Amino acid sequence: MSFAQTLNNTLFKRNSTYVATIFVGTFAFGVGFDVLTTSIWDKHNAGKQWPELRAKILAKGESDDE
Amino acid sequence: MFSIFNRAASAQMKAFSRKASTQAGSASNISNKGAAIAASISGLSAALYSYQFGVFDEAFASGLEEGLHAPHFPWSHNGYLDSFDHNSIRRGYQVYREVCSSCHSLDRIAWRNLVAVSHTSDEARAMAEEVEYTDGPNDQGESFQRPGKLADYMPAPYPNEEASRAANGGALPPDLSLMVKARHGGADYIMALLTGYQDPPAGISVAEGMNFNPYFPGGQIAMGRVLFDGLVEYDDGTPATTTQMAKDVSTFLSWASEPEHDDRKKMGMQAVIVLSAMTAISLYVKRLKWSPIKTRKLVYNPPK
Repeated sequence: MSFAQTLNNTLFKRNSTYVATIFVGTFAFGVGFDVLTTSIWDKHNAGKQWPELRAKILAKGESDDE
Repeated sequence: MFSIFNRAASAQMKAFSRKASTQAGSASNISNKGAAIAASISGLSAALYSYQFGVFDEAFASGLEEGLHAPHFPWSHNGYLDSFDHNSIRRGYQVYREVCSSCHSLDRIAWRNLVAVSHTSDEARAMAEEVEYTDGPNDQGESFQRPGKLADYMPAPYPNEEASRAANGGALPPDLSLMVKARHGGADYIMALLTGYQDPPAGISVAEGMNFNPYFPGGQIAMGRVLFDGLVEYDDGTPATTTQMAKDVSTFLSWASEPEHDDRKKMGMQAVIVLSAMTAISLYVKRLKWSPIKTRKLVYNPPK
């Protein structure tokens, strides 16, 4: 059985699995796309954003307390 | 101003008629008409120019009335995918707090806005608590003083416009919350203005209590130069030169007038990716569905 046939039989043939495929697929794509674009954004703006600044502030605050 | 155009038009007309005199009479009629059309066009464009840009007057030709155009500075947030430099925002807030805030308010920014942008929530809360706010009414119906909290807005240096003018020789230091959006040139203008103070050139007299700054419209500004090397001490060790402080406070004010900037650019990138993919898919589907129609062949066999 070819890959396309397997896909058709397991996911697309019955309406219940087809709808479930769309819902789960949408969710997975949304998460995946967000992770991907966020990593591009963070890579492009490395060293400029708040999380990095926060780490710097906290590290400095700890060394001041000592 | 019109005289220039009229002179040009009449010169054109002369050229036309001189050419016409060497030719037959009917041609002269046509070229006179052409000259009249040319004259009316130039008169019209002159009228349009003065309507759009004002009448040109040589008394206003020094270039200072509009202020010099600020150069384009290479801001770290210039590009389509560039976020603000939050280190710079933090330093800029320090400059605003220690220098600018003695005259300029920032009344659209609350302490909570600094959290997770330039300060931790503990830092912002501690800074807010240093300021006394009037609250009320209490059980007796009276106002009372309390230390600030994160939801409070930045305190203004003066209670009202009159007090502000009285303390500054009649000049009103504007609120800085939206200043980057409110001025032509934005952050470039603020940067150029803060670093642009200089002695007035020969021939330009500056009024009492005013300072010369070529980037300020009119060339004379009531605010004096305030940024000098080493005025503040940055806690991240950056040398506090005049230009560094001007750059940082301009970045801070850019953030203050556009706090959504980083999210906007990131979401813009995501939207462009998704929408261009959808456009490509819809073009492909259109071609797919139309291909049988586009490629079919109709054959007409005429009856014999």
